[in-house]
Amino acid sequence: MNEVKPTAEPIVTVREVNWRQAIPIAIMVGAFALAPLFVYPLFLMKALCFGLFACAFNLLIGYVGLLSFGHAMFFGCAAYAAAHTAKIYGFPPELAILTGTAVAAVLGAVVGALAIRRQGIYFAMITLALAQMVYFFCLRAPFTGGEDGIQAVPRGKLFFFLDLNNTTSLYYCVLGIFTAGFLLIRRIVHSPFGKVLKAIRENEPRAVSLGYKPNQYKLIAFILSAALSGLAGGTKAIVFQLASLTDVHWNTSGEVILMTLLGGLGTIIGPVVGALMVTTLEHYLAQLGAWVTVVEGAIFVICVMSFRRGVIGELSRLLKRPL
Amino acid sequence: MSQLLVGLINGSFYAMLSLGLAIIFGLLNIVNFAHGALYTLGAFVAWFLLEYAGIGYWGALILSPLLVGLVGVIIERLMLQRLHGLDPLYGLLLTFGLALIIQGLFLNAYGSSGLPYVIPETLAGGINLGFMFLPKYRAWVIIFSLAVCFATWYVTERTRLGSYLRAATENPSLVQAFGVNVPQMITLTYAMGVALAALAGVLAAPIYRVSPLMGSEMIIVVFAVVVIGGMGSIMGSIVTGFALGIIEGLTKVFYPEASNVVVFVIMALVLMVKSSGLFGKAG
Repeated sequence: MNEVKPTAEPIVTVREVNWRQAIPIAIMVGAFALAPLFVYPLFLMKALCFGLFACAFNLLIGYVGLLSFGHAMFFGCAAYAAAHTAKIYGFPPELAILTGTAVAAVLGAVVGALAIRRQGIYFAMITLALAQMVYFFCLRAPFTGGEDGIQAVPRGKLFFFLDLNNTTSLYYCVLGIFTAGFLLIRRIVHSPFGKVLKAIRENEPRAVSLGYKPNQYKLIAFILSAALSGLAGGTKAIVFQLASLTDVHWNTSGEVILMTLLGGLGTIIGPVVGALMVTTLEHYLAQLGAWVTVVEGAIFVICVMSFRRGVIGELSRLLKRPL
Repeated sequence: MSQLLVGLINGSFYAMLSLGLAIIFGLLNIVNFAHGALYTLGAFVAWFLLEYAGIGYWGALILSPLLVGLVGVIIERLMLQRLHGLDPLYGLLLTFGLALIIQGLFLNAYGSSGLPYVIPETLAGGINLGFMFLPKYRAWVIIFSLAVCFATWYVTERTRLGSYLRAATENPSLVQAFGVNVPQMITLTYAMGVALAALAGVLAAPIYRVSPLMGSEMIIVVFAVVVIGGMGSIMGSIVTGFALGIIEGLTKVFYPEASNVVVFVIMALVLMVKSSGLFGKAG
């Protein structure tokens, strides 16, 4: 079923891989830490939120081989939950974001339990359909503000003392959340649990014959991916002080797929690079209206036709080292 | 009663679209995400024909599926053919990209509000049945799409061409060895599936406005229909499509708030009870 690729990679130990990957990751985090000196911080924060979202999505497609076409539901519902708790209940930002993450995890458990009953193409269609159901729910539910969304969400004070209305503290707070989420995903991928996930992706019957229960592993991976998408969504709601229907729309699901595909499926920093590229593109094409959709569609076509490894995937092949 | 009619009409669109998806999936092993966009394209081609060439509804009913089918041939030959043998997810991603391109281009040119398309004169007005008023055009849509669905079923299940098709679904290399031109058959199958979508688009044009977004809403529901029915059988797609349309129509009468989501709820229930779909094979 899957593409069979002859691998000519030299055998390296896990520890060696960890060290080799540590350098690009350190460069990436360092670059983000210095970037607000040169680039508009709000734009960078958007890229960071979507970068984390794309990494969470990549956990499923890149390491379990499951293409979810409905990840916006976790992102968007977490944004609503964080915005609602922060604005109406007066939760501090860290608690609001955690509430959003928890909501996404619970939703992930329900959706995951249904969707993993089918594989491949069907999995994609089921997640898309369930996400559309969540979208209609958000459109009608009393606490989401319908078409207006939840606006003017207070940023509040982190741990009651760090005022997040200060852009610099907000930026480094977002960078902290991003780095924590990113490292957690990397840890999951390299853990024994992550190895079993890869084994299931490569050859499910064989994993079964070795005594693993694929559906349990897939479900846990799905919940983790949903929760981390929720972390990104909740953070986004606090940063932009807004949770709206755009966040739960299938367009957002499509965007996160595009980011991951463009950056490189199954690479560690690829999704972040992809997110940066797509947010930049949207930033510059924003005034052109629907042309953004056309350009995004064209990138999908180009990536699939001739660039399936993505930017970082190709780079990693050229440098002969995992990135 | 009139809601039931709307349900039946939606059901006939679901049936025609899921039928096309099922035929394409059978032979190409990809899910055509562009199906909704090509349904939109079908409606727009009908509108173009009327606006710029003066060709009316009946001409469009034949020409639009042909033209969109030609677009299908180009898509299959230029792109989908090269993805043969790869993970089917790439086909889904590619056609999703195509759907975005088509939708974006129409949005740029015509905005999201949509354009009107008049009902042809012969089908304007309606018949008073005593207990309800039956608009002629709606009756025509239901009868015509039923006929198209059964014709497709007949061709695939009861003719020689259909037997080649089914054989190629089972084992393409063996069929090729018997001297059947399988790549050409794949192209034509894709074109036919796409033409069905365009036909549904032309039928839909006078009922709904011709709008760039008409397909993207539709395709997601059709995906749910396909998950419920399973893509294994032609008859299964037809029955599920009409049945879900009717259920959706009835929900509008009894519990309007849920009418948007009822198909998805049914999908979730079916997944819990029989995860392979009502007419599907395991997989």
